[in-house]
Amino acid sequence: MNIENNIKLWSNLGMRATFGLIAMELAKKYPDLMITTSDVSTSAGLDRYKNKYPDKFIDVGIAEQNLIGVSAGLSSEGFKVISTTFSPFQTLRCCEQIKVHLGYMKHKICMVGLASGLVLGNLGFTHCSIEDIGSLRSIPNISIVVPSDPFELFKALNAAIEHKNSVYIRLTAGANSKIINAKNYEFKIGKAVEILPGKDVVIIGCGNILGNCLEAASILREKKIQCSVVNMHTIKPIDKEIITDIAKENKLIVTVEEHNVIGGLGSSVAEILSGERNNCKLVRVGINDFYSSGGSYEYLKDIYGLSVEKIIQTVLSNF
Amino acid sequence: MKINKLKNFAKNIRKNIIFTAFKAGSKSAHIGGALSAADIIAVLYSGIMKIKKTKILDENRDRFILSKGHACLALYSALVEKKFLKKKDLETFESDGSNLLGHPIINKLSGIEFSTGSLGMGLALGVGVALAAKKKQKNYKTYVVLGDGECNEGSIWESVLSASHFKLDNMTIIVDRNNFQQTGKNSSIMDLKNLKNKFKSFGCETVEIDGHDIKKIYKSLINKNLNKPKVIVANTIKGKGIKLFENDNNWHHSIITKSIYKNILKEL
Repeated sequence: MNIENNIKLWSNLGMRATFGLIAMELAKKYPDLMITTSDVSTSAGLDRYKNKYPDKFIDVGIAEQNLIGVSAGLSSEGFKVISTTFSPFQTLRCCEQIKVHLGYMKHKICMVGLASGLVLGNLGFTHCSIEDIGSLRSIPNISIVVPSDPFELFKALNAAIEHKNSVYIRLTAGANSKIINAKNYEFKIGKAVEILPGKDVVIIGCGNILGNCLEAASILREKKIQCSVVNMHTIKPIDKEIITDIAKENKLIVTVEEHNVIGGLGSSVAEILSGERNNCKLVRVGINDFYSSGGSYEYLKDIYGLSVEKIIQTVLSNF
Repeated sequence: MKINKLKNFAKNIRKNIIFTAFKAGSKSAHIGGALSAADIIAVLYSGIMKIKKTKILDENRDRFILSKGHACLALYSALVEKKFLKKKDLETFESDGSNLLGHPIINKLSGIEFSTGSLGMGLALGVGVALAAKKKQKNYKTYVVLGDGECNEGSIWESVLSASHFKLDNMTIIVDRNNFQQTGKNSSIMDLKNLKNKFKSFGCETVEIDGHDIKKIYKSLINKNLNKPKVIVANTIKGKGIKLFENDNNWHHSIITKSIYKNILKEL
């Protein structure tokens, strides 16, 4: 598979469909792979996989607590397990199973949370997921990765399968997602990537919303503000080193995330800054702890200050 | 199978339970639900399951999951009898830094397959373990002990549905039907009505027995499953074996004083 040729195709397909394609590759690579779902094979792009590898696919029905328990049981018997369903059901619905089976007992699985953030805004906040990072972050032995685009999802999944503990992989945006990483690069869980260098302001983002961050940064450059952008694809373990370095060299950090500002990326960055002596201000952009009226992805991003224009305004008013 | 051997094993489990609860002193222990499950666990460990201290991590060993984790004293006691634990280990029960807490902590080298105790979670693990055996074409069996109060948890029924759907005839669920849960009778807290019929309607092979009749427990376990998971509803008495404790829910979680210990030992 020529990865770089796939970047454009994958970004058109979006993360969910790309996940299905990557699963086909993983099945070839790992004979003991098992993908478990709760009645979302189509939504996860897994129909081809299901038909080709019926023995490596388990659907437990719409029963997410059981999904995690069965997955943990399979993992304890040596299978490499990837579980998947829509993000709210992959996380909050079975939070205690994740705590006991994956956190406490350390059974290792990769959980792929589909359509997290605000992309399903038309379906209402039952299907949006703005609490998943905050909830899982408080559970020991779970890593949290938020791929910025389908190419990074490819890297994240491969890394997660080899990772020592369970990983929650949070997918954002829909089809026709933005390309954040146009070229190959080194991906390591826990190691952030500077995707745009600068010196005045640093935007730290995660997920496909980084597309808006990059656009905002390029417009800010026209206004003579040299804004850098950092892809904090791993929320846990957070890259403490890069945050500490950024705080030493800059006056302003703006975190941008499709998640509640309580408990997510912004909180994680704040926790690091609070332990350091520095003069760097932190502004957290994200869902400001309220459920708005529902609507399209674009509508909700605007409401929560995540549109390109609003990110620019936030930088300008705090710079 | 020598029934006397099984009975003796059960008696030793009860002695160990009482001993450990007494040694725990003011830390208190779950006694009633351990005693009700004692005969079931005795037959599994002494007469049914293929497990050996010398082949502790053998892939073909049978798997045991105590989903009603608060009955851990019965499990620890069985593991002492099978030499996975030392009797002295029981004296560390619930003490600082101990491996033997008030709910089991995963420790495969000591024969504890999973951490349990948050109710409603053990059965799903069992489904995963039994499915793994099917996928890998292994012959080991999976045994899961549930509490009846535990069957209040919706997650149990998610798992029963799937055990049946996946035709897990390598799996046996035993319900310790002692008719009590933490704060009272099942019938007044949340009536489970006909549990056997419930499991049957989910597609399991079911049998209802006296959960203290060693012979019947053995027979129900040794019978081959018929292309589906087997559920044994074992009618038991909470606190069974000690008259003072029987059907008295004050002994769900309580302290055995020195004078009580002296008196009840005579019964065993």
